[in-house]
Amino acid sequence: MEGAQVSTIWIAVIGTSLIAFGLKYFGHSVPEKYLSNPRALRINTLIPIALLSALVAVQTFSDRSKLVLDQRIAGMAVAVIALSFKAPFPVVVIGSAASSALTFHYLK
Amino acid sequence: MNRTTASASFSVSFTVGLYGVAFGAAGIAAGFSLIQTCALSLLTFSGASQFAVVGVLGAGGTALSGIATASLLGIRNALYGLRMAPIMKFRGWKRVVGAQVTIDESTGVALGQSDLGEDAMRQGFWLTGIGVYIFWNLFTVVGALGAQAMGDPAAWGLDAAVPAAFLGLVWPRLTNKKERTLAVSAMLLALVLTPLVAAGIPIISTALLAVAFGWKVRK
Repeated sequence: MEGAQVSTIWIAVIGTSLIAFGLKYFGHSVPEKYLSNPRALRINTLIPIALLSALVAVQTFSDRSKLVLDQRIAGMAVAVIALSFKAPFPVVVIGSAASSALTFHYLK
Repeated sequence: MNRTTASASFSVSFTVGLYGVAFGAAGIAAGFSLIQTCALSLLTFSGASQFAVVGVLGAGGTALSGIATASLLGIRNALYGLRMAPIMKFRGWKRVVGAQVTIDESTGVALGQSDLGEDAMRQGFWLTGIGVYIFWNLFTVVGALGAQAMGDPAAWGLDAAVPAAFLGLVWPRLTNKKERTLAVSAMLLALVLTPLVAAGIPIISTALLAVAFGWKVRK
């Protein structure tokens, strides 16, 4: 991953933080009936699944706008195995990083 | 103070706080500075949204697509606030502080104390909310400093640690066939779009899949 531009990052940091706080505050301030539509609730539980899955795929198989296959696949394979054995989060992340790093040095 | 609630709050706070190491490292790997990475943990304070914004910008996405993706992931905090509001009844500055620590864990622990009464629920909410806030920020600094000391992210596997962290966040949410189908469809759609549209768009566009999958009631 290459570094993004500094000002872009600050805009994203501040924008994300303002909206994140706004959403939290809003929840404590509105009457419940406005947000209890069953369809909206159903979609809301599915949105993190779609976005996080997309992030997994893009961060594993792309470099900017190119699709690539590299050491990260080894890391993902280990993460999938670790998760299917119900490994705790740190084991998943460290196992994935270690296998990707080993593959990176082996391929180089 | 009730000990059952206090110990549940502490163990959740510490364990979840540890994930902050992964976030701190992810921020640096994506090209964020130490201050920018820490600012996200202090101000945004919502794990999935923070990972999303560094993920989208690290992949070359614009600030707008980063903000939009992170904000969609933050909608659930509004629903937690809605759930907690009748119990917490925040007024004035307490609403500001309470809102900031309204996240998965504080809500989860509070709801888990319902057998012990509303006092225990309020205690669980505050102890967990503040506890996660402290540990999450502390471990963000640790992870960011560690990653800065490492240099090339790929040489240490940080480039794989970030998607592995996302996978770890999504995995427990995949409880039925519809959710698993959605996850695979979102991955495919994002990859197909990656060479075609600007970075960040492939990720946010999968929210439309979530809308399509959630529109009708079906298993």
